[in-house]
Amino acid sequence: MSKEKIQLCDEFADIMPPEYQELVENATYGKQDRGWKDIGSSKELIEQHSLCAGCPESIAFRYILASLPAPEDTVFVGSTGCTSLVFPHVAVQNIHSLFGNQNAIASGLKRTLKARFPDVEKDVVVLAGDGATVDIGLDMTMQSWFRQEKFTTICFDNELYANTGGQESGLMQKGFVAKMAPKGKSFDKVRLAEIAREAGCAYVAMLTVSKPNRVEEAIKNAVYVAREIGPTFVQLYTPCILEIGKQSMEGLDEMKDSETIGGRFVQKEFVTEEAQKLIDSIKAETKVRKKAAKEAAKAAKVG
Amino acid sequence: MNKPVSTEKRIIASKHVELGQKNAKGQTYTDINDIFYNSEQKPVFFTGSEVIKEAIRRSSVGTSVAYPITPQSEAAALIGELYAEGYLDEYFRGESEFAVMGQCAGAAFGGHRVFTTTAGPGTLRAMENFPMWAGSRLPIQVCVTCRGVNSPLSIQPDTLEMHYLLETGMLVWHAETAQDLFDFILKGFIVAEQPDVHVPIATCCDGFFVTHTKDTVQLPSEDLCLTPYDPYKSPVTVMDMESAPIRMMRDPFVMKSNYISYATHASWQQEVHAAVERSRKHTIALLGGLIDEINTDREILIVSSGTAVSQSREAIRLLEQEGIKVGLVKIKTIRPFPTEEIRQVTKNAKHIFVPEFNVAGWLAREIKAIIPDNDRVYVGPHVAGGMTMPSEVIRDEIKQHLGMKVDTLGSRG
Repeated sequence: MSKEKIQLCDEFADIMPPEYQELVENATYGKQDRGWKDIGSSKELIEQHSLCAGCPESIAFRYILASLPAPEDTVFVGSTGCTSLVFPHVAVQNIHSLFGNQNAIASGLKRTLKARFPDVEKDVVVLAGDGATVDIGLDMTMQSWFRQEKFTTICFDNELYANTGGQESGLMQKGFVAKMAPKGKSFDKVRLAEIAREAGCAYVAMLTVSKPNRVEEAIKNAVYVAREIGPTFVQLYTPCILEIGKQSMEGLDEMKDSETIGGRFVQKEFVTEEAQKLIDSIKAETKVRKKAAKEAAKAAKVG
Repeated sequence: MNKPVSTEKRIIASKHVELGQKNAKGQTYTDINDIFYNSEQKPVFFTGSEVIKEAIRRSSVGTSVAYPITPQSEAAALIGELYAEGYLDEYFRGESEFAVMGQCAGAAFGGHRVFTTTAGPGTLRAMENFPMWAGSRLPIQVCVTCRGVNSPLSIQPDTLEMHYLLETGMLVWHAETAQDLFDFILKGFIVAEQPDVHVPIATCCDGFFVTHTKDTVQLPSEDLCLTPYDPYKSPVTVMDMESAPIRMMRDPFVMKSNYISYATHASWQQEVHAAVERSRKHTIALLGGLIDEINTDREILIVSSGTAVSQSREAIRLLEQEGIKVGLVKIKTIRPFPTEEIRQVTKNAKHIFVPEFNVAGWLAREIKAIIPDNDRVYVGPHVAGGMTMPSEVIRDEIKQHLGMKVDTLGSRG
């Protein structure tokens, strides 16, 4: 999308909703090196959320939207669940169709956008919960990886079905007592990151959303690698504080606890050699560009 | 609703690509009316599956997704050959019909003209997608080569699955012959993609009877093709980030259990059904009416769809030999249903027979629901599970119902 397409017509500018005016004037569409640090100084692409107070998914949404390399040319594919309550507030086009078919939708969408816009990189990003990704949708999730579909899959792992009221899911930890697991879950948390690696993902990251810089790096790597090489997967722990009996302010602590040594979400990455080369070259380019920009700014100041 | 529409008015396909321009395969983008009514048609002797291929060759399709299930596997594979020759942008095998219909939806959300095929159990496995296509206003075309629904396992022709499609919000057309199928596929894209329609279409045919038998079909030159789909004529936004993203709603529907959210959902569904109704005027212009009729002034009528119509034509000839005069109504579109047309043509009928290839007799039920004095409708004859319906069976069942002596029932089944 060209940035001109979101300019306001002068005659009607004053009657546009203020949040839209802000979006046009102060959002970061098309800004190179956009990232989580823009939060607070620019208009975010998420207007508000309708999740529970303190829900880590809401901050995850903000970090992801701030980290997308090119939101002006990105389409999200969601699924049913808590995330589908947020997407209507997001200033990036997004599709909700059914529960669990998100990677099938994304496969058709990505191929079509590639055919229709051969000269523009249109990023497709799937964002769905763990029930959609692993249980009802596992077939389509994995098949899209087998087929090497070039888009990013992000899973908000809250280790249960949150939107329906806290039922057991495949990514729930063993022994956890939940609805539909009245005696505690009887089998281990599905090792989705390893499955993703074996199924053909070129870049896999598993982490919590406690540290925005790490989320930004994972999202950018995943999108860049998906453009050039093949499918990528990011699994983010976004605990459902409501269903695990925590308070609104305790989400961050829960994530930090789970990522310490021995925890379920110690950060891990699986990167193919080819993907690593690409990530390194992009990092090197970015460094050179930022340095040059800094020097130019300095020179301008002196001049 | 269902007002008489003039057939004079020509249908207008999208003109965003200049007519007369050539595509990468050297085909000329041609107006749908010119393809059918102003160009030379040449006869070929092809199977229904080959006819599907020839229709898609001329349809400027962007994406097709395939999955094997009898009896559509051959057609789906032949479309793959077209892809290999460069007629389509994208083609691949999905992992199940549920996934395939999702992949088709993704391609349509992205702005492609999309075609796929399925049958029987595949139609049912895909079912959740069809109302989603309609609700998302995706004008995808699925060719349903009808076969039996399990259990017990059957791969034979049976039109039961069409009954399941009736309330999905899709257009549902029923081809009698391979010629119908060819015409319906090309015309179906154009009707389904009209901005005031823009809903999916199921072009149904009877598996094996149409797909696996050879028939003479008149085809326009393969150098002609439809103008491609114009995604920017869609009544809903195409998901390509080429238009400004808007905040769709302040309160997502599912968040609020209140009257407004229910009313929003209800009115959206009403609009989908209204869109199906609005397809009438375009369909009449291209198909020459939602029904075909022969001698409908007679007291005995057969009203039917699909290959049951072909069997009925022969039954009518047999009855005529015995001096029994029977008229025929062929229903081409099941959705929208030709309510007014059927009321009109059955006005003077005393006996209405509805031969069908399914156990439910759903077409007879549809007809019973819309005409006065519906005890005139005789539900049958109908066969199921792949049984054939010889014309003699139709003849004898009509005679029996009329209280006439029947010589033999030996050919039944």
